[in-house]
Amino acid sequence: MTSQIQILSTPLNIQSATDWVISPESGGIDVFIGTVRNATKGKTVLRLEFEAYEPMAISEMEKIVKEAAEKWPVQKVLIHHRVGVLEVGEVPVIIAVSAAHRAAAFDACRYIIDTLKQTVPIWKKEIFEDGEVWVAAHP
Amino acid sequence: MKITVLAFGIAKDIFGGPSVSLELANDSTVYNLQYMLEQKYPRLEQLKSYMLAVNNEYALPGDTIHERDEIAVIPPVSGG
Repeated sequence: MTSQIQILSTPLNIQSATDWVISPESGGIDVFIGTVRNATKGKTVLRLEFEAYEPMAISEMEKIVKEAAEKWPVQKVLIHHRVGVLEVGEVPVIIAVSAAHRAAAFDACRYIIDTLKQTVPIWKKEIFEDGEVWVAAHP
Repeated sequence: MKITVLAFGIAKDIFGGPSVSLELANDSTVYNLQYMLEQKYPRLEQLKSYMLAVNNEYALPGDTIHERDEIAVIPPVSGG
């Protein structure tokens, strides 16, 4: 298994991320693309701001990829996460996974994004017309 | 010993900046530091939860803090 894990402040490139995980041994790739939604609980979101504790975020993502590789026979795994200000429709995260057969790629990809959202020290702030909120900070 | 605590997300707003410096007794634990931070910054207790990280790993309350450790407050994460 090989992996590429990056935190970037420039727009993510879906095509090059996908290309990176393809290999002659792969029978399928699964790609999750997160996008900035224009509303949360019915309220218009103008943009998001992402911030990361970069060295720890990279190390937590490495752990997740290692766990995924122990659970499923995946071949290549890519995680690109963006930081900074993102407008509606932009891409904060891409997870791409290749495997010999599709089930492993689907399952590992889902595990990686679900776990990333729980453990990786990255934060997003939603900017509304009348204020801003760090997502999930308060009960 | 003097330590620096890094802050991210809402913790940065609570601290009023990206880090704070504190004087901590030698052999203090993560729990001791958490108590001290909550005395100084009561808004930390209003968060849904938060963790401390020591040297880029989530720390447990009983872990000992050493001088020059890299310490950070990790409020609830929301990446992806």
